[in-house]
Amino acid sequence: MIDFLTLLQVLDSSLRLATPLLLVCLAGLFSERAGIFDIGLEGKLLAAAFVSAAFASITGSVWLGLLAGILASIMLSLLHGLASITLRGDQIISGVAINFLAAGLTVVIAQDLFGQGGRTPPLKSGGRFEPINFPGTTSSKEISDAGPLMQLYSELFSGHSLLVYIALLTVPISWFLLYKTRYGLRLRAVGENPAAVDTAGISVIGLRYSAVVIGGVLCGIAGAYIATSLQANFTKDMSAGRGFIALAALIFAKWRPWYALGACLLFGFFFAVDTRFQNILLPAWALSGFLIFIALGLMSYVWKKDLLDKVVLGGLALGISAIAIMVISSVWNSGISNQIKIPVVFIQSLPYILTVVVLAGFVGKAIPPRAGGQPYVKER
Amino acid sequence: MDIMPKWVDIIVVPLISVFLAAFLSALLILAIGESPIAALNLMIEGTLFRSAGWGYMLYYTTNFIFTGLAVSVAFHAALFNIGGEGQAMIGGLGVALVCLFIPWPHWTLAIIGASVAAALFGMIWAGLPAYLQAKRGSHIVITTIMFNFIAAGVLNFFLVDVLKPKGSMDPASANFPATTHLPTFQDLASLFGFEKAFRSAPANVSFFIALLACVAVWYLIWRSPLGYEIRALGKSGPAARYAGVRPVKIIMIAMMISGALCGMMAINTTQGESERLILNFTEGAGFIGIAVALMGRSHPFGVLMAALLFGFLYQGGAELALWTKIPRELIVVIQALVILFTGALSLMVRAPLESFFMSLQKAKG
Repeated sequence: MIDFLTLLQVLDSSLRLATPLLLVCLAGLFSERAGIFDIGLEGKLLAAAFVSAAFASITGSVWLGLLAGILASIMLSLLHGLASITLRGDQIISGVAINFLAAGLTVVIAQDLFGQGGRTPPLKSGGRFEPINFPGTTSSKEISDAGPLMQLYSELFSGHSLLVYIALLTVPISWFLLYKTRYGLRLRAVGENPAAVDTAGISVIGLRYSAVVIGGVLCGIAGAYIATSLQANFTKDMSAGRGFIALAALIFAKWRPWYALGACLLFGFFFAVDTRFQNILLPAWALSGFLIFIALGLMSYVWKKDLLDKVVLGGLALGISAIAIMVISSVWNSGISNQIKIPVVFIQSLPYILTVVVLAGFVGKAIPPRAGGQPYVKER
Repeated sequence: MDIMPKWVDIIVVPLISVFLAAFLSALLILAIGESPIAALNLMIEGTLFRSAGWGYMLYYTTNFIFTGLAVSVAFHAALFNIGGEGQAMIGGLGVALVCLFIPWPHWTLAIIGASVAAALFGMIWAGLPAYLQAKRGSHIVITTIMFNFIAAGVLNFFLVDVLKPKGSMDPASANFPATTHLPTFQDLASLFGFEKAFRSAPANVSFFIALLACVAVWYLIWRSPLGYEIRALGKSGPAARYAGVRPVKIIMIAMMISGALCGMMAINTTQGESERLILNFTEGAGFIGIAVALMGRSHPFGVLMAALLFGFLYQGGAELALWTKIPRELIVVIQALVILFTGALSLMVRAPLESFFMSLQKAKG
């Protein structure tokens, strides 16, 4: 199959691709745990990516870029707070607006500043976060001759940018903050029952603003990471739906920090597999067997349900069986153990499909914070 | 309850929102060193003073009417259908399959077949999230977002692995047969002897289907028992349930109508304009539907007006990108501001107006 080093390289790139997801996912976690839905994560990520790349490009300092990116992201967070906390507007609409605002403004300003069709110039060495090499690692030329432990140490643990390690650190910090401090208890309470928090004499509005600002900081770091570390400049729409994948990971993780790490690493792994292996082959019998297994599972589930379940899920089961039959018929002449190419788009769509399955509650129910999405109105 | 007269709510509030959005956009244009007045003149000249400009504007408007109506119907049932983009993509797939594999004798039949297929495909794609919301309580906003991405994957798969003609490099289907091509406004105008009108503009007969859809949605929402049930459920779930409305049924129906309308957008873009299925043919129209529905206050007439405005903005934005150094993305900023002011920050616009009318009432005694 594949050797140990290849596996390590895939895991290494999983970690790099999971980092922005993780930061954005935790940003969403703080916000949603406080009862504020945040569809605008994508926009904040994009805005931070642009502003940090632009500042890093103009000043030549990646640290100023990071700071500016965080500030830009906080500004959008405050706009979201103004709309959804102070003015009690619709949180989803506000998030949608922030996504468009970022998508439009970044290109308009980038075009005006740099005139390169909505991108920033490539960042020079001071304007980027460089990989940190741990002491005693082997160089990439000699790594294939090194022992497995050395390969693990040099390939997977070492050689990432500072922000990757920061992102990994934010997981225990978030866990500690949410579950071990008084602030965390209050924050979680305000997402479940804001009236109770208010009765205890604690400001609901203050808590919610603090949550969206923390989210802004995390999105800002993530944006700086994708523009100054993962890549070395800003390009139009470079966030590429990561904000929405992070939202999916948040649901997959059931709004918990350690689960979020797992979900983001899993989704990062899908992307790494997708970029590394263009052709993923499976024996036809395994693929169609798997599909028929799912279809049978669905059919047996709807057996005693009402008509709507039968139509929708039964229809889905029929569709899946049809695909399985097509797979078998396509290899009928050359034998059933023939290899079938899995479409690349299927691997790309896996995070979304898994999220829908989790949301549907067939595999472990994901229950969102109870007061999520509702503006808090003090009773008069 | 009603502090403000109805006309203020329907006309003044959206107009103030648009004015605020326009004002901020003008500041942005100033900031990048162009003149907002000149930009507006250019947009008006390039769109309204040329018949081809109208042809492009009405082409965009057709898309926005469909997606705007779709978002409105869902809004009436208190559902947020953010998945218009994906439903339109799958609708386009339906249009392509019907146009490619059924030998239509004439476009009048083809457009009926394509409309049915587009509506059906969009309906199925909206039906799954609707079912998950109705029966499993999965939040429709999140599931429809996920379905957008899955739809993009499905479309990509069909274009790259199934529908792409052998030997072709770009991910697109074969061209549709000539009998399925829809008459454009240029063709219609030539019938009346105006050969030079609407030259090479993409607007086509599906614009009239969009207008019909406006009337149909108006009838459905305000004149039919089903529409009454949809609105009742949207206004108050418990009250509607008490009155005998079945939420599961209404959620399914409202979302499937919404999906069907989004899917039908594809007859304009896919059958009418590109005449083959291409990637990214939706160009974000599913999301613009949100802005259109918010600005049009979810009323078909309001949606028509808002769709015209956004059609104007899109065509005008193309003119700006052509003649000035203002990029097309300025329109995305305007769209974001419209959504912000009409949707999320609406209290900011309404509160001063409400207090003004409150003081007016007090003065009257």
